[in-house]
Amino acid sequence: MTASQIIFYILSAFILGTAILSVTTNKIFRSAIWLLFSLIGVSGLYFWLQVEFIAAVQIVVYVGGIVVLIIFSIFLTQQSGKEMPKAPMLRNIASVLAVLFGFALTYSLIYKNNFQATNKSFDWSVNKIGNQMLATGENGYALPFEVVSILLLAAMVGCIVIAIKAPAAPTTQKVEGNGHEPVELENIKEKELVE
Amino acid sequence: MGEVPISHILFVSTALFFIGMYGLFTRRNMITMLMSIELILNSVNINFVVFNKYLYPDKLDGIFFTIFIITIAAAEAAVAIAIIINLYRSHRSIDVETAEEMKY
Repeated sequence: MTASQIIFYILSAFILGTAILSVTTNKIFRSAIWLLFSLIGVSGLYFWLQVEFIAAVQIVVYVGGIVVLIIFSIFLTQQSGKEMPKAPMLRNIASVLAVLFGFALTYSLIYKNNFQATNKSFDWSVNKIGNQMLATGENGYALPFEVVSILLLAAMVGCIVIAIKAPAAPTTQKVEGNGHEPVELENIKEKELVE
Repeated sequence: MGEVPISHILFVSTALFFIGMYGLFTRRNMITMLMSIELILNSVNINFVVFNKYLYPDKLDGIFFTIFIITIAAAEAAVAIAIIINLYRSHRSIDVETAEEMKY
């Protein structure tokens, strides 16, 4: 066994072990921390595959962005230290069975297909990625790039609109919304009273 | 790198996918379900990178799909957490069983 193989098997055991702990632990904060370790392991796998750019993107976006966001939302919505209720036994057994059968089916298909690696070396560089990303030619990704940027803008606006606090409670909102009518009615009543 | 067969790397990504599925089946808390979705998206990313590196080394399409999936995952997580926090404000709970007004 070479060192590269040993590193790969240790990395995969780390990824799968922390992922299993992340979906089975009962405390939600621990679950987020195990997810963090699992994502770091996945970025280590990208380093092992020698695609350092994707590994860096993985660390920046997932570990630095999404997990921090998840931890903040846990702080905002959960009492700390409270344990989540366990899933009922029947559902647990059923999901384990479904997952095992699905895994067996998928892996048997992969095993039967017997992918063989080509001997050519994988030559990527950030320069190449950037040029192809903004190319409009045959293999260019300029249109998906623009669509994704519009999607990010829409997601940002959507987040602000969804998460913004409602201006006031429904009862007071009515008065605010129809601010003119009551005043006018009062005026009319006053006029009537005066007359 | 050639010593590890491709099927072993695909074993890791397949197992990660089904661990995420298990979490999605058993959890009833929205934030933990979101975490399971992140695991599933990560397994798909590993698959794209591995197929690109070992089967089509002269192209870069797998890398691009990985980058776009990571971007969309970030946007999706942000929108999902905004919805979850809004739901927590009105229901005081983020359990999927308590959010059933739109069910009928």
